[in-house]
Order: sequence, then C-alpha cells, then structure tokens
Amino acid sequence: MGYMYVDGMKVEIEGEKNILEVIRKAGIEMPTFCYYSELSTYGACRMCVVENERGGIDAACSTVPRDGMSIKTNTPTLQKHRKMILELLLSTHCRDCTTCSKNGSCRLQELALRFGVKQVRFKNNRPEKEKDTSSKSIVRDPNKCILCGDCVRVCQEKQGLGIIDFAFRGSKLQVMPAFDMKLADTNCVNCGQCAAVCPTGAIIVKDETEKMWNYLADPNKKVVVQIAPAVRVALGDEFGMEHGENVLGKTVKALKMMGVDCVFDTVLAADLTVMEESREFVERVKNGGPFPMFTSCCPAWIKFAETKHPELINKNISSCKSPMQMFGSVIKKWHEDSDDQRELVSVAIMPCTAKKYEVSRPEFTENGKRIIELSLTTQELATMIREAGIQFADLETEYLDSPFDMGGSGAGVIFGVTGGVAEAVIRQCSDDQSSGIVKEIKFVGVRGKEEIKEATIQAMGREFKICVVHGLSNAEKIIKATENGELYYDLIEVMACPEGCIGGAGQPFAISPQRDKRAKSLYHTDDRIQIKFSGKNPSINYIYDEIVKDKAHDMLHVNYEK
Amino acid sequence: MEQNFDMNTVDAVLLEYGNEQKNLITVLQSVQAQYRYLPKEILEYIADKMGISLAKIYSVATFYENFSLEAKGKYVIKICDGTACHVRKSIPILEKVRDVLGVSSEKPTTSDMMFTVETVSCLGACGLAPVMTVNDKVYPSMTPEKAVELLERVRKGEEDI
Repeated sequence: MGYMYVDGMKVEIEGEKNILEVIRKAGIEMPTFCYYSELSTYGACRMCVVENERGGIDAACSTVPRDGMSIKTNTPTLQKHRKMILELLLSTHCRDCTTCSKNGSCRLQELALRFGVKQVRFKNNRPEKEKDTSSKSIVRDPNKCILCGDCVRVCQEKQGLGIIDFAFRGSKLQVMPAFDMKLADTNCVNCGQCAAVCPTGAIIVKDETEKMWNYLADPNKKVVVQIAPAVRVALGDEFGMEHGENVLGKTVKALKMMGVDCVFDTVLAADLTVMEESREFVERVKNGGPFPMFTSCCPAWIKFAETKHPELINKNISSCKSPMQMFGSVIKKWHEDSDDQRELVSVAIMPCTAKKYEVSRPEFTENGKRIIELSLTTQELATMIREAGIQFADLETEYLDSPFDMGGSGAGVIFGVTGGVAEAVIRQCSDDQSSGIVKEIKFVGVRGKEEIKEATIQAMGREFKICVVHGLSNAEKIIKATENGELYYDLIEVMACPEGCIGGAGQPFAISPQRDKRAKSLYHTDDRIQIKFSGKNPSINYIYDEIVKDKAHDMLHVNYEK
Repeated sequence: MEQNFDMNTVDAVLLEYGNEQKNLITVLQSVQAQYRYLPKEILEYIADKMGISLAKIYSVATFYENFSLEAKGKYVIKICDGTACHVRKSIPILEKVRDVLGVSSEKPTTSDMMFTVETVSCLGACGLAPVMTVNDKVYPSMTPEKAVELLERVRKGEEDI
C-alpha cells in the first residue's frame, strides 16, 4: 500500500480507510468529537484537521491515505483552528462543568483543557431548551449538544431506528426526535448507545445512585444485589485495572462494604434461563415450531420487536424472562419463604440501560411493586464505589452469599458476550454432555465479534441452523430475510449492543480492541469453571426443588402485554 | 384540529414516484402541493411506507424553507425581500400587509385560515421589483397601498387566482 509521512515520520499505510487512523497508528492522539471507527465518517467537528504539502487544510477523518503523502498534525495554523473551534463550541455550551454528570469524562472539557482554551469571547445567544427526562433510561439535555451527530449515526446505523436526527438548519440546527417529541413517546428501545457515544453531557444515562444509597441506609430494608456477567469484566476499567480483568470478587467485597445484605450472581439465573429456553426449544422441535425461536434476554430487543415486529411477540420470541427477572422472582420467593421480616429490595447491577426500563414494565410488577426495584449500571456502581472512598483496585476478593454462593456455570458466564446464549443453549441441547463437545461447540461459529454469525449443529438426530446477531439493524435484516423465506434458522440470538452485553451502554465506554478483551476474559472464565453445562450446576436443582417447585411457568416465563 | 387524511392519495403519490429513499423530497413536494403543508399524520405514514425514520423525514422537512409543517391559509402571499426588492422598499409592503392581516413572522397565518404571509429571498423577477405573489400569481411593482387593495380584491373573490 505504500508509505506516508506524518510530521516527517515515515508511516506504512496498511489499508487504513483514512489518514486519521494512520496518524493514530503513528502514536499521535488526534482530537476528535465526531469520529468513531465503527460508525460512518461524518467530518463535522473539524478537530482532526491536518496541513497538507501545499499548506491546505484537510480533515484527517475524511481524507484517504495516498502513497508518498506528507502531512503535518501540529502547526500554529492548526492549533489556532482547533482552539477557535473549541471556543465557538464552548460559547453555545452550558459551562456548569462542576455540576454536570459528565464532569471528568467529557470530551469537550478534556480537549478544552488539552488545547488551553483560556477564555470564551462570544456570547451564548441560543435560547435555553428544556431537558427531556421522560425516558426511564436516558436524559437528554439539548443545551449541552455540540452537534457532532454521533448519537444520530449510532441510532440509525447500528440500531436501525433513527429515533433522533438533526432538525432545522444553520444556526438553528439541533438534534432531536421527530417533532421534538419526548423520548418516552418515541419508539426508542432504551439501548443507551447514543449516551455511550455522546462526547458531552447532552445524552446521559439516568442516575439512580441516590435511591440505592437510601435503601442501603434503611435498617428495615434487606438489600439484595445480583451482578450480571458482563459487569465483572468491565468495572475494573473505571479503576485503572487491566482491560477485561474479572473483578467479581472485588465487586462483591465493595458492595458488602457499602452495606448490601446479600450479593448473588446473575450467571446462576443465566443457567436457569438456559434450562427453560432449551426446554422450550426441545418442545418446539417436538411440536414442529414455531421457528425460528428468538432469544429473549435483551430488553432493547424486546422493545424493538414490540414496535417493529409485533407478530413475533409471545410467539417466535422465547417466553423466557430475562435472567435478571428470573432471578428477581427466585429471590422474591426465597425471601418470602424465609423468616426475614425486613422488606426486600432487589437490585440488579447491569451493563445495560434498557434494564432500567425493563424493571418498570407492568409485566414485572406485582401489586404495584416492582420485582426488581432498581437496575443500576456498571458505571453507576463505579460512581458509588468512588463516592464511598473504596480503593477498589486494592480490595480483597469476597465470595457470594448463600444459598446461591456456588454461582453459575461456564455456560452462564458467556451470556455477557454475543453468541453466548446460543452457545449455552447448544451445550444444553447436545446429546453428548462431555467436555469434548464443549470444545467442539466453540468452533461451530457462534464465537467472534462479527455482527451476523451462522452455525449448524447436530442434535436430537437432526441438523439445526443457528444465527447470532448483535445490533438491531442486523436483527432487522435477518427478520426480513426469514420472513420472506430467503433464510431459515431454528434459533436466532439477538443482542442490541455491540458485541453483546460487554458493549452495553451502562458499561465504561470501550470500543475494540479494549472491548474484545472483555469477551476474551468471559471465555477465559468459562474455561476455568469446572461446570460447563447449566444443567449440571447443583444450584439449579436447589432452585427448582426448594424455591420454584411447580411454579416454573409463573416465575420464569412472561407473556408480554400488547 | 383533528383532521382525517385520505391515505389513498398518499399511496398514489408513492406509487407514482416509487418508495425508494431517494424520492423522499419529491413525495414531500407532492403532499405539500395537495395540502399546502406537511401534516404529521401523513409524514408518519410515509415514514412507515418508505422505511425512513420519522426523525429523518422531520430533518428534511425542517431543513428546507419551502416545506411547512404548519397548516397554511387558502392564499399564500409571498413578499420578495431579495436585494433588488429590498432596495425598492419591499419591507414597508411586508409591514403593511402584516399589519392589515394581523399576522407576524411567528404567526404567519390568519386565524380564519385565509392568508399566510411569508417572505422569500428572491423570486427571480428582479426587473419587476418589488414583487409579491399570491398562490404563485405574480404582482409586479407593488406599493403598500396596491398590496392592501389587492388583499381586498382577493378577499372578495374578485381576483382571478
């Protein structure tokens, strides 16, 4: 492909789609607001400008590398440009940094500091706009928007929804839902990816840590927390630990220090989901359908199906509750059967923002009380740990609480990554339950970060076709293809977020390669756990025999209201 | 103001132009030609039929000055404020017309839904400046007085528009 010169350094061009990637490879951190390698190139922020051989100014993100090209990344002209852009952005931006929830992680703040913007000479004459707090998961503050369009593109390109877009033009340009509707009135699925990519505090995840502190401070409440699989491999990011490190033990310790009464592992509930979902799958095989069967763990996917494909609800989509809700029902029953007089507060730590919406759904409410009272994100937990002054990285590990102290199987752990649910169900449905089959299943094609994966397996004396997708725009493609008969699958796993829950919007923000390390770590944990099949987890028998008994249908399945 | 829209006419428009994304602007123009604005219900219908998100359609509809999301009056009056018309005193005409009809830039349509008053940046008829149009019929060399007389004739139905 040839070479190019970046500030006089010779750098090889290895198929990069733009010179920004080449410059970053050369070890120069170019500032950007609107550039994400996983989204289309927009070229709006102009922070990544470079000077070419003729003294012209190009945006690095939208310039294709050419052999022999020579560019400069840091000249007085460029410095002046960048400073001016920042000053102009800041002039119309709310500058209450200390009270902003993005304080410390805001890209505008970071770059203003980096480029030494000392004063803003321009007056803000944009009228102040109202915050949108209607959504259960997301808060939108248009006053902090810098019009980079990252949210617009992630919603359209990754989720195929296009809930928000630019509206009006010129100095009146804004990002908003159609007709400036409230987010809660749109078909937003609460996946939160817009908040994850937002460089400022214009779109943030709803903060519910205060509620949690109040529960913890109340002696009449028994606070029980469950931790989702993907949380353990991401929380460490917030405390300077190695990317992908499994910090479950430390998380349990930190929660205990904050005053949580019992800490359980959602991985166990994932095993329960595998049991129910594979049972449902086998039943469908016996009854001849309906196929394809879709997984039902992802609340954003459920909401997407409800609005775009209501024909799939309570039919093709598995009737299984999500692992979080299954565990919620189990914890509730377990508490009712115990002689603990305190009021139960069931809390879930999730990588997910849509879970905040899921816990509020009427299907998961009994007599006006939520089965899971509160769903906090990985980031909210990190905030609480910092607030409590806990030195997370130095913590000792602590074990989970009884009676669920055994945790889950390896099959449950991989629920946190795309392909994990399918793999766990395949293991459970396979006729052969030896360790050899686990290795074999590894290579059938359900692993890896490709957005659409296919696998064919042999079980129950026949062949099954399986599809694994992440990103709802990909799910839409597959649904269309199956509905018009182009493709056939028996089982389709859908996760809304990139690479599954490890890329959830509640997680510390990460793209590849950091995000891939989370997947690797989950598979590594699976390798180290002796129990590889959900059905072989002794805790599962305990749950069925002692807690669920004959109530499996009521406690573990759901019929969504139309 | 609840109104039922005949979606068959929208279907006809979609059939005529095709429901590929590239035809959105043409489709919107046809709808606007029929209703003199873009009703929300129809935009929702189009979004569904063309497979374009409603926010994207709203984005296009608000980007172009020519599209209106508000219902317009029976007679749309455009007063040119391009350079040539401006220097030949188009503003006093605009002010007079607004004053007589009781409208403003924020509320361009009269309450009886008879008139909508807009400005345009150039009608391309600078030789006739200052120009105004009523539903695309051109009236050259206007003055505030002539504009008021014209409004009266239009209101009485004496003007052939």
